[in-house]
Order: sequence, then C-alpha cells, then structure tokens
Amino acid sequence: MDKPNPLKIIWAQKQISIGLQPTFWPVSKLTETETPTDRRVLVLLDDFSLKSSHSIFFNSLKSRGFDLEFKLADDPTLSLRRYGQYLYDALILFSPSTERFGGSLDLTAVLDFVDSGHDLIIAVDASASDLIKNIATECGVDFDEDSSAMVIDHKSYAISGTEGDHTLIASDDFIQSDVILGKTKIKAPVIFKGIAHSVNAANNLVLKVLSASPSAYSANPTSELSSPPLLTGSAISLVSVVQARNNARIMITGSLDLFSNRLLRTAVQKAGSPDKYEKSGNEQFVTEISKWVFHERGHLKAVNLKHHKVGETDEPAIYRIKDDLKFSVEIYEWSGESWEPYVADDVQVQFYMMSPYVLKTLSTDGKGLYHASFKVPDVYGVFQFKVDYLRLGYTSLSLSKQIPVRPFRHNEYERFITTAFPYYGASFTTMAGFFIFSILYLYNK
Amino acid sequence: MSSMISSDLLKPFKLKTKQQELLIRVSILCLVYILAFITRLFSVLRYESMIHEFDPYFNYRTTLYLTQNGFYDFWNWFDSESWYPLGRIIGGTLYPGLMVTAALIYRLLHFLRFAVHIREVCVLTAPFFASNTTLVAYFFGKEIWDSGAGLVAAILIAVCPGYISRSVAGSYDNEGVAIFALLFTFYLFVKAVNTGSLAWGLASAFGYFYMVSAWGGYVFIINLIPLYVLVLLITGRYSMRLYVAYNCMYILGMLLAMQIRFVGFQHVQSGEHMAAMGVFFLMQVFYFLDWVKHMLSDTKLFQAFLKITVTFAVAVGAVALGVGMVSGYISPWTGRFYSLLDPTYAKDHIPIIASVSEHQPTAWSSFMFDFHILLFLFPAGLYFCFKRLSDATIFIVMYGLTSLYFAGVMVRLILVATPAVCLISAIAVSATVKNLTVLLRSKNKVVQTGSTKGTSSGKASSKASLDQSQPFQKNGAMALLFGAFYLLSKYATHCTWVTSEAYSSPSIVLAARGAHGNRVIFDDYREAYFWLRQNTPPDAKVMSWWDYGYQITAMGNRTVIVDNNTWNNTHIATVGRAMSSYEDEAYEIMRSLDVDYVLVVFGGVTGYSSDDINKFLWMVRIGGGVFPVIREPDYLVNGEYRVDKGAAPKMLNCLMYKLSYYRFGELVTEYGRPPGYDRARGVEIGNKDIKLEHLEEAFTTSNWIVRIYKVKPPNNRW
Repeated sequence: MDKPNPLKIIWAQKQISIGLQPTFWPVSKLTETETPTDRRVLVLLDDFSLKSSHSIFFNSLKSRGFDLEFKLADDPTLSLRRYGQYLYDALILFSPSTERFGGSLDLTAVLDFVDSGHDLIIAVDASASDLIKNIATECGVDFDEDSSAMVIDHKSYAISGTEGDHTLIASDDFIQSDVILGKTKIKAPVIFKGIAHSVNAANNLVLKVLSASPSAYSANPTSELSSPPLLTGSAISLVSVVQARNNARIMITGSLDLFSNRLLRTAVQKAGSPDKYEKSGNEQFVTEISKWVFHERGHLKAVNLKHHKVGETDEPAIYRIKDDLKFSVEIYEWSGESWEPYVADDVQVQFYMMSPYVLKTLSTDGKGLYHASFKVPDVYGVFQFKVDYLRLGYTSLSLSKQIPVRPFRHNEYERFITTAFPYYGASFTTMAGFFIFSILYLYNK
Repeated sequence: MSSMISSDLLKPFKLKTKQQELLIRVSILCLVYILAFITRLFSVLRYESMIHEFDPYFNYRTTLYLTQNGFYDFWNWFDSESWYPLGRIIGGTLYPGLMVTAALIYRLLHFLRFAVHIREVCVLTAPFFASNTTLVAYFFGKEIWDSGAGLVAAILIAVCPGYISRSVAGSYDNEGVAIFALLFTFYLFVKAVNTGSLAWGLASAFGYFYMVSAWGGYVFIINLIPLYVLVLLITGRYSMRLYVAYNCMYILGMLLAMQIRFVGFQHVQSGEHMAAMGVFFLMQVFYFLDWVKHMLSDTKLFQAFLKITVTFAVAVGAVALGVGMVSGYISPWTGRFYSLLDPTYAKDHIPIIASVSEHQPTAWSSFMFDFHILLFLFPAGLYFCFKRLSDATIFIVMYGLTSLYFAGVMVRLILVATPAVCLISAIAVSATVKNLTVLLRSKNKVVQTGSTKGTSSGKASSKASLDQSQPFQKNGAMALLFGAFYLLSKYATHCTWVTSEAYSSPSIVLAARGAHGNRVIFDDYREAYFWLRQNTPPDAKVMSWWDYGYQITAMGNRTVIVDNNTWNNTHIATVGRAMSSYEDEAYEIMRSLDVDYVLVVFGGVTGYSSDDINKFLWMVRIGGGVFPVIREPDYLVNGEYRVDKGAAPKMLNCLMYKLSYYRFGELVTEYGRPPGYDRARGVEIGNKDIKLEHLEEAFTTSNWIVRIYKVKPPNNRW
C-alpha cells in the first residue's frame, strides 16, 4: 500500500525536469513529435504492369522507408480518408488516362487532400485525361490543349537508336536549388518523353524544375505543322513543382516515362554534345525530387518564438515604447531522420504594424537558436513580431505574434526636466512674492 | 372639513405663513425630485435594466475597467482592442467625469453595504443626475427671478422631453451628468456675479472643472461666459462683483481644467478658448482704466489716455493672436466648432461629422416635440426678462438665445438649450400666474393660497396695481389662469407620452408591433455579439462600420478596426473604402488590416431602416474623401440611390451590397412579393445571385439584422 506507483514517479520526475530545465524540453519534444516525412503513399495506376516497368523508382521509395500501396485508379474501394482521417500522407497519380476515379475519389477529393497538407505527384503522358489535366490546372499548371501534341526539340534531343525521333528530349536546364535537387550536381541530362505544360503566370507558387530548351515546341510529331505551335521554347516546362501555402508539395510532369526503368537505365548523349553518359540523369533526378516532394529535405520548422525585455525572462503582455527587448526563435531543419539546427544568416524579424517599424537580421548560435535585440519604436499600437522566411525549396516559415505597445504611464516621464528649471524658479518666486506682498499689504500701515 | 380637524389637532404646532410656505416648497421639490427620477424609468420597465445605444457601451466598458482596475490603470489605459492596429489611449482621450462619478456612487453604495452591480449604477446615473438638475434649476430660477419661478423651472425641466431624451435610465452618456454640471456652473457663476463673493466664484470654478471632466460641451461655457461679460462691459454694467467672479472663475477654472488629460493645454492653445482669454485681458484693461479714471480728475487727459491705452491693448492683443496663429501655437478652430457657427461647413468639408444623425440640423417638428408649450412660453419669458433687466436675467437671456441658435444647427444641442428654455418659460409661467392671482386676490382673498405655489413675495409687480375698475378683469384673469393650467397639464401629458413612446427604447433591442397588435422584440444585436464572444478566437478582429465598434468591443469582447470614437478619419475611410470596393479589392484591404470577421447590419427582412445599406452612401463619401478611387457617382443612377435592378453596377457588386444581400434572393420576406423583396427600402433587390469568393457566411441572426462573415485565408495553391 505504501509502495509508490512507479508511473507516478516517472511523471513526477518529468515534472521536475521540465521545471528545472525549461530550455531543454522543447528540444526533447522535437525528437518525439511527428516527422514531416511522408510514410504512407498511395500509388494509383492505370494498370499493374507499371509496377514492374517503373520498379526502380518504386523500389527506391520502398528502400527509403515508404509504405507504398498500389491500386488501380478505377478501383471501386478507393478512398483517401476514413472517419475524417486521411489514410495516406501522399498520393502518386501514375494513371494518366483515367477519366474517372473509382470509389469516393474525385477532383475535389484530391484537391482537399492537398489542401489539408498532403503531397502529390502527377505524371501523365500523351494519353492524359481531362480529369488529370484539371487537377494539374487547379495546381497552376496547364497542359497543352492539343491532346496529340508532344514536346519536340530538334536541337537538344537525346541521340537514340531511331534516328529522327526528336520527341525524346535530353534536358539539363535544372532549377538552381540544392534544396530541391540535392547537393550532388546532376551531370547527365534527363531524358524526357511526353507532353508539354506551361506554368500559370498568375500563380507564384509554381516552379519550373526542368525546363525545355529555347528550341523546343509542342506539336503533334506525326503530322505537319499547320499553324505555329502555342507552346514554344522556355515557356515549356517539363517538370514543375508547387509548394502550397500550407507546405503541401506537388510535382507535375508530362512524362510518365521519366520514371520508367527503361529511361532510368539508358545511356544518353545529347545532340550536339560530345559528352556521352553511361546512364541518364533520370534516376538521380527522380530520386532527389521525390525526396523533396515527400519532405525528406527542405523542411523547416520554427518553434519557441519568445520575446522579453532585456534583463527579464518572462514574456510580458504588453511593451512600452522605447523598451529594449530580446527576441528569439528556434529554427530546425528536417534531415530525413532528425531535426537538425538550421544555419543561415538571412533570417529576419520584423516588428510590424501595417508596415515594418523594425527589420532586423537575426544572429544565430549555430544550434538553431536565432535571436536579436532591439528597441521598441516610439510608436504605440498593436504590433506583431513577424518572421517571414521564404527561400527557394524550403517550406515557408511565416510566424507572427501579436503584442501591444503602450505609451508611457503618467509616472514614467521624467519628474523634473533640467530645461524647465527657469519655469520652476519662476513659479516658486511668484508664490513667494505673492506671499510677501500679501503680508506687507495687509499688515504694513 | 378634514383640514379643519387637522388644524384643530395641530393647533400647538400651527405653522407661521413663512414656515408653511417652506414646507410646501420643500415637499414640492421632493415630489419633483422623485418625479424626475421615475419618469425616466420607462425603459427599464419596458425592456430591462440595460445600457442603451452606442456610446454608453463604451462608457460602461470603461467604468467597468475603472472599478476593476482602479483609477491609475484607468488613467493610463491603452486599449489594444479598438482601432486595430493603432490602438487608443483611453485615459487620454475621454472625459472621465461620468465614469468617475459612477464609480464613486458604486463605491459609496458598496461602502453602505448595498451589493449592487456596476451596471445598475450606470443605468441609473442619468436619472439620478436629472433629479439633481431639477434642484439646481430651482435654485437658479430663484436666483434670477424668484422662488416661484424656481419651482416652476424645476417642474418643467423634470419632465421636459428635450432633456429626457438624453437622460433616461440606461442612457449612460456624458450628457447625463453634463447638463447637471452645466446648469450648476451657470448657477454658481450667476450667484458669484450677483454677490461678488470669491467663495461663489471658487465654487463656479469647481463646477466648471466638473463640467470639463464630463463633456466636451464645456466649450459652450467657456465661450458663453466671456460673451456675457463682454455684453455687461459694453452695456456699462461693469462692476467689481463681475470682476471678482469672472477672474476667479476663469483663472481657477482654467487651471483645474488643465488637469483633465484630454483637455490639457487647450485653454491656452486652442482657438476655441481664446475668447475667454481675450475677455480676461480686456477685463484687466478695463479695471486699470477705471482706476486711472478714479485717480485722474481731468477728463480730457483721461480721454487721451483712454484712446492710447485701448489702441495699444487692441494692437498687442491682435499681434499676440496673429503670432500665435501663424506659429501654430494657437491651434485653429476644429471642424466641429466651425460646423456649429456655419451649419453648411460640415456638409462640404467633413463628411464624418455630417454623417452622424445627431449632428443634423434640427427639424421644426423636433423643436415642437421636445419643447411643446415651452416654445410659446419662451418669448413670453424673454419679455419678462427684458422688463426686469438685471445681471442675472441678462445671463439667462443670452444663454437662451445662443443655445437656441445652436439647437437649430445640431439636433443634439437641443439638450443644451433645454435648461435655458425651461428657466425662461418658468419665468413666464410664474410671472403670469402671479400677476393673475394677485389680481384675483385683490378683491377676494379666500382662495388660491395653496395652488399658486408660494407666491406672495414682497416685490409685487406693477401690473397688479393697475386699474381694478374693469368689470371683466377678474373673470378674464380666471379664464387665463385656467388656460395656463390647461396648457401646463397638456405639457405634462405630452412629456409623459413622448418619454414613453419615443425616448425609452434602448435601440439595441428593437420592438415592433406584430400583425395582431402584439409586441415583437428583435434582440438580434445582442444575439450577434454573444455569438462573436462565444465562437470566435479571442484575438479575432472584426471589421464593421464604426457605428457598431463600441458595442462589439463592449459586448462581443473582440477587437474592432474602427469605433464610435471617430478620431482617425483615414482609418474609417479605409473601412469605408473596403465596404465600397469589389470583393477582391476589399480582400486586399482586409488582409492588410488582419480582419478575421466582417459584420454588417441589414434591415431588409425586418424593415429596419437604419441599416448599413442606408448608411452606405456615407461610407462612400467618407472613403472617397481620403481615397479618390471611390467616387460617389459610381454608386448612383442619375443622382438616385437605388438597390433594385436599376442600380449602378458598382453598387450591385460592392462588398457591402454583397454582404447585405447574400442569399437574400432566395428569401420571401412578404406575402405576395417576389423573393428578395427588401422591406426596408420597399424594392426587389437587383442582384439575387451573389457569390462570395474570399468570405464565407459565418452567422446570421434570427431576423437577419446582423450578418457576420468570416474572411477566408488566401487560396492554398495560388
């Protein structure tokens, strides 16, 4: 009976450790919390033969710990969510010709899936259906209207066995981002065979990862050109990615073959280039970009946004104008396995009320902690600490914390002002003079 | 007969005439005191003990804060819940008199172990002060005429609708205590002028201090009193009494008034207060000249001296004023002051002042409504005042005439005119009745002692002793007396009727007559504010037209962008611009102001006409005043404001229209009318198919009076 409950002791110890080391518990919390990397991936296929023809790509995903579930796109049991919970973290649509999904899946379900923070890979080919095209359009990517058109390039095509097939594009016009494509440079060109798309100019979230060369155009390769092609040159994107505002990532490409074993393993030589590569850049490209899409890389998180007056530790409910304050935030990057401190010298904090009154670059200790101290401006109002950190490839950090700033209290002003001494003197001499005058006037006959 | 018995019984206690009169006077005053209080309780009985209208909610909120956090926190209160993101320094931008008064009453009651809620105190503050005003009116009347006039004045002001409109229970506004303070200050000043006593002058300075702490209308005092002094100087009524009274009142009053943060240095720096200062200096010059005249025996020499001194004084004054104005030390007159002097000024220059309903020029009917027979008695009273001109009657005449002018300019200033009108009318009533009764009593001394409310004062007017030979005189007097009583009784019924019908609705709860004559209550405002309080995050920002700002913060406890303290015209114009823009433009504005919810008031279902659509042109004008992209003609068709099919395309697609009429096209409001029939404007609306892109309907109250929309976050993938 006296024996204490072991659970209780642990709990009590935890309480103590939290109480004693308040700065450490968020870190331990970090390691315990959910990982941003996707785990459960639903792959929708037009037919199961794709499973073997694209096996290298799928196996690389599996080897990285993903739990792939293959289903036919018209499977009547298809469902992304059950009892309000999503069953998957990511969706791969390798089913270009599907006109209708089976089960409860449709256009809005896919978009809702993305809007609730899940990732999506769409790959189509020349047989792309309106449904898939519509999904892409909703994500800011417009496929060529002409259903028979393909990307043709008479200059930067891949030299292959069938001479004159200029639809097999060899492109090395990558986006300049280590975050999206990994640190290792992709040397060999990526082989692409599929349809063109353009990115919607109104959407500033979509990025061209792999662009076509200026000599490319989109047209039907089997028929003669009757009118100038609508999509030409660098306007054509071969692979695009979108990072939504809620950090859901989407990858869209017009070539399902890009992922295929055949193109992953083929040797490549770009037309007009002497370099010949044993293996195309496709494997590295799809592996790296899938790492990015599935949040194995480029995922930041900011925690412990704190601020307090210099010399104090508690966060006040309100600041006074001209207070000196200290602001800190911790930023970590997901390395694929764990949260590592994120190191950069361009993270800025704003002290913002309709416009930034203070804009300060945060200095870091290299362990994830960013801090700055500054003086509250001589303006009262409801301010916000704002950290808007938008870097190519990284998840966007936009934190804001509201804090009112009040003017001086009536007793916080200087009690006596040196410049006002003449006035004090004047008033006191007047008083004294009046007093003396009264006495003289009243009692001096 | 019963009086005979009682007089027999009370023979040892038989009172002298003087004592009887005192008893009658005191009991009449007590009854008037109680009457003034209870006649203002209609709203509590009809509805409930609640705060009315808009501004009182702010006063209530601040009073609550004062009682909870103490005076210093109140004094330094920076409110981050209004005027987001600018905030408002409450302590420095309000007149604290009302709140401090209510808090003191609250403290006193708690000290006496009456555990009342602060709301009850706030609700009953105005009636309580109205009762006190009747006492002041009595003493004031006594001071300027006689105690009879004082009693009549007390009775008249107790029920006068012009005053009741601002002092019913629940109308917890500055004016409630300010009219008391105003009349009290005037009374004390007149007393000081009459007696020439420093003590009364000091008292009037304190009265003025209380007034300054309570209401911005103190500017009226600080301009009327110098004007009065000037008139006395010009008419050759200058006296030492006046000198003492004015100087004491002005200097001390000014120093005391500077202690109010909101007023600060205005007494020496603002153009509106310069008249008082000028008169103060003039007074000194006058006194000096008087002294010189006394010392100099030679009149010719004095004339020369007078010329030099006056020229010099005027020149110095003009130069000082000019330098002060040019250097910006003396601020120019404010827009409100201009609009008082020139009624068309606000309409052309400051739409935000012109848009307030209580700033509109007064209609003739409202004079009749608020004053009733006093309108006819007022000129009669003026006649009596001029007949017996004294320093005091000059004051009341000037007060009456100036305030009546201002009452004509702005409907809310009827309130300021009311005490003067009551006092002057009381003089008319009292003098007439007295003359008539003296006439009656001169032959037959049997009746009328009780009913004439303390007449027999020594100063019988000359009229009484006029020719008594005329045969019809007595009958005529009798008839006139009955006529007067008939009119006064009519006045009493009118006042009660107006109070109960017009001035006792809280305007936050609306009442209407149902189809079967039953009363229908629309409690939509409180429903909406309660919804906000319960269902939105605590730091949510609500955008609405400024009319509802105070109520949202006080009842909904949520941050607002603009409120009834219209200190920042640009901010209000920004909201006006958002309301009158297309949805996507408005969305940008709302995002920049971090707006989470938009609240609109809509009367199309209930036929409630003071809704946002009817106020909308003011939003356009105020928005357009700062942002010229908003142009009023875009919302009008041939100069006509319409919401039906013929309305301007911009009108049909602006945010306010969309939010007001969203889903209204599906609703049948009246039998035999097409769906989407707007009952407030009596038309079928022009745009029934309203789609919202960036907002979504969050809440609509049961009678659709208040509609709340949530601002959606930006599109996820775009």
